[in-house]
Amino acid sequence: MLAIENYLIVSAILFAIGTIGVLTKRNAIVIFMCIELMLNAVNLTFIAFSRHLGNIDGQVFVFFVMTVAAAEAAVGLALMIAFFKNRESIDVEDINLLKL
Amino acid sequence: MESIFFLIVAAVAVISSILVVTCKNPINSALSLVMTFFCLATFYVMLDAPFMAATQVIVYAGAIMVLIIFVIMLLNVRVETVKRGTHAVMAGSAIGLFILFQTVWFLMKGSMTGKVGEMTKEQIISVGHVELIGKAIFTDFLLPFEVTSVLLLAAIVGAVILAKKKI
Repeated sequence: MLAIENYLIVSAILFAIGTIGVLTKRNAIVIFMCIELMLNAVNLTFIAFSRHLGNIDGQVFVFFVMTVAAAEAAVGLALMIAFFKNRESIDVEDINLLKL
Repeated sequence: MESIFFLIVAAVAVISSILVVTCKNPINSALSLVMTFFCLATFYVMLDAPFMAATQVIVYAGAIMVLIIFVIMLLNVRVETVKRGTHAVMAGSAIGLFILFQTVWFLMKGSMTGKVGEMTKEQIISVGHVELIGKAIFTDFLLPFEVTSVLLLAAIVGAVILAKKKI
């Protein structure tokens, strides 16, 4: 097995790319995909540490993160469809009802 | 040998995740994201977690990405024409690079310690990864596991309510 630092650096890079995507994109579905990317980066960290420490608990947490991501996908995409029906757009700039 | 393989997979993962952010068409972003998920599944196999790799491919690359691509096609999302202002892009990239710098800094300074368990590679091979995870879920994590089922029920009800004709 390789040193854990390799996996952690890859995970950090993926998380940073996901953050940049969330902050710079306008399409809500692409933002959603970037959030999935960030969740996966965290999963990689969990599994790398689980293997490094010989503790299975991290992998159980990855299991729960995947469940939450699946629930989030169902609700989030339903929200986007509802928003698209009302506004004919999924641009986040159009979600401005609470803006001053 | 393993490090060369790791470098190849890591390069593919990083490049495809950059493509997720830079592609104009959401379908291309989604397909790049599938590629990233497969690379992560490869990492999980390298980290002796075959069950997690299988779950990654089935749940993420299978179910969630199919759902996302289905919604992209259903909504017929046009290619992004109006770009964000350069200020917003620069600020977002600066924050992302700051987070990267911060995590790498903590990685260099911190020590990789924590609660050490007794899982070894020999145990994974002899007992089996699925059995180890199953034992952990149904003994130590039984309550969170049951709460997860309530979460999934709430998600199903929420999705059905939100996707109704009139909201």
